[in-house]
Amino acid sequence: MITIQWLYVLVGLMFAGFAAFNGLDRTNPKRLGNAAFWGLMALSMFAGDRIGDFGNGLLVLGLAGIAGFGLVGRGAAVVDTQEREARALRFGDRLFLPALIVPATALLGTLIYSYTPVGRLGWFEPKRETYILLALGVILALATIYAWLKPPALAPLQDGRRLMDSIGWAAVLPQALAALGAVFAAAGVGDIVGAAATSVIPHGSVFLTVAVFGIGMALFTMIMGNAFAAFPVMAAAIGIPVLIRGYGANPAAVGAVGMLAGFCGTLMTPMAANFNLVPAALLELRDQNAVVKVQVATALPLLLFNIMLIYLAGFQ
Amino acid sequence: MNYWPLLGILIVVAGFALRLNPMLVVTVAALATGLLHGLDLAAVISTFGKAFNDNRIIEIVWIVLPVIGVLERFGLQQRAAAVIRRMKSATTGRILLFYMLYRQLSAAVGLQSTAGHPQMVRPLVAPMALAAAEREHGALDEATAERVKSFAAATDNVGLFFGEDIFLAIGSIVLIQQILMSDGYNLPPLQLALWAIPSAVAAFVVHGTRLLLLDRSLKGRAR
Repeated sequence: MITIQWLYVLVGLMFAGFAAFNGLDRTNPKRLGNAAFWGLMALSMFAGDRIGDFGNGLLVLGLAGIAGFGLVGRGAAVVDTQEREARALRFGDRLFLPALIVPATALLGTLIYSYTPVGRLGWFEPKRETYILLALGVILALATIYAWLKPPALAPLQDGRRLMDSIGWAAVLPQALAALGAVFAAAGVGDIVGAAATSVIPHGSVFLTVAVFGIGMALFTMIMGNAFAAFPVMAAAIGIPVLIRGYGANPAAVGAVGMLAGFCGTLMTPMAANFNLVPAALLELRDQNAVVKVQVATALPLLLFNIMLIYLAGFQ
Repeated sequence: MNYWPLLGILIVVAGFALRLNPMLVVTVAALATGLLHGLDLAAVISTFGKAFNDNRIIEIVWIVLPVIGVLERFGLQQRAAAVIRRMKSATTGRILLFYMLYRQLSAAVGLQSTAGHPQMVRPLVAPMALAAAEREHGALDEATAERVKSFAAATDNVGLFFGEDIFLAIGSIVLIQQILMSDGYNLPPLQLALWAIPSAVAAFVVHGTRLLLLDRSLKGRAR
């Protein structure tokens, strides 16, 4: 049976490759920080289950230290745009096809595996089949690319590293936030806020609770500039203890639509600089908040829609 | 009841609001929450370490980067730009509506990186939208030009946010899955992705309507 452990090894190899390329990148003054960061991530993938809880804790402290003290950065990427323009003309829209192999394999594979007798063969670890099929899709896509476009052998790793460097430590932030959510749960944060919330919101008022959850997601996101950070907080406070456990809401609806309510907040805040302030600068707008101002009239109706969606469809 | 662990939430909110490095903020918040809950330092580090290790699955989404990266080497982004350029003769609102559709659909299949503000909006979408407005309504005053450009940037954001969560292997979906899992709700990612579809349709309708109304308001201004 293929388990999620196989994928950890695969991703670990990729991170190790990123670390190695980074370490050798003389154009990047922060190459050692990058190499250490991705080296630690590779170690986590390979050996996370063997270095013990305390070992993992030290590993996270190391990652946070490297990222937090500005030791991660990008080198000078050399991109020949003219060459790419010429290749784009030569290969045409077919260039999209290898990229589509990945979602197609993950989606069709999951559907076939879940709803036909194939699933009973027990090839994949239960509940993890989508991720395993995603990795399979990546392998199929890379095989297609090698056969058709004939890139240098290490090109996928090198180009993947270029993309990863543009994301930087932010790539690990969702995992760190999920871990924070688990610590919140262990420390009973959800129970405390849940108890406070139920004492403030009139008992039995499902709509009001959903509205507080949705608006809370948007507001926390606006303050923090990041819906990913707001989610563990609001899920621990209201989503899980009150909506799901108290009123029996559908966990998938609360989770997915709650996150989207947060995204409505992202549209309305200058704190989300990458999405709202950077483009204003790129487009040389006089008012740096012009993009936010245009977005408010889209975000508010959508926030209402998301609240109504949880309320009307999320309790069945 | 011990209310002190709530300070952890405050640290997260304040840390992000003050623009401190998020990795550092999250780590400090986790350590503080555990300490205030009454654990000793070693136990807190272990708890956080275990939680981090339990959530390694979130990193699996990055496995697609080599595919996208190597296709970019062969001109994927330039090809995406060519798709958008086909709308050259449309009105401002329709160009942006088409871009919105491209952004939502491409994000829904995991191709978020083929578009974005630096690679698509600034060099292509905003100039096309401006050129269309000037073709139809003559030279634009500065406020109007600024409004058209703002709509171009806004369209990219709305399309991305309300498209990407339909893709199964995006950070936010796995984050939701893992947070719910820590409370015992084990959901398949497909189920979460399906719940993103109604809001994606609503976003297209709401923002799309505004884009078509933009055409009308440009016409009103020209007279």
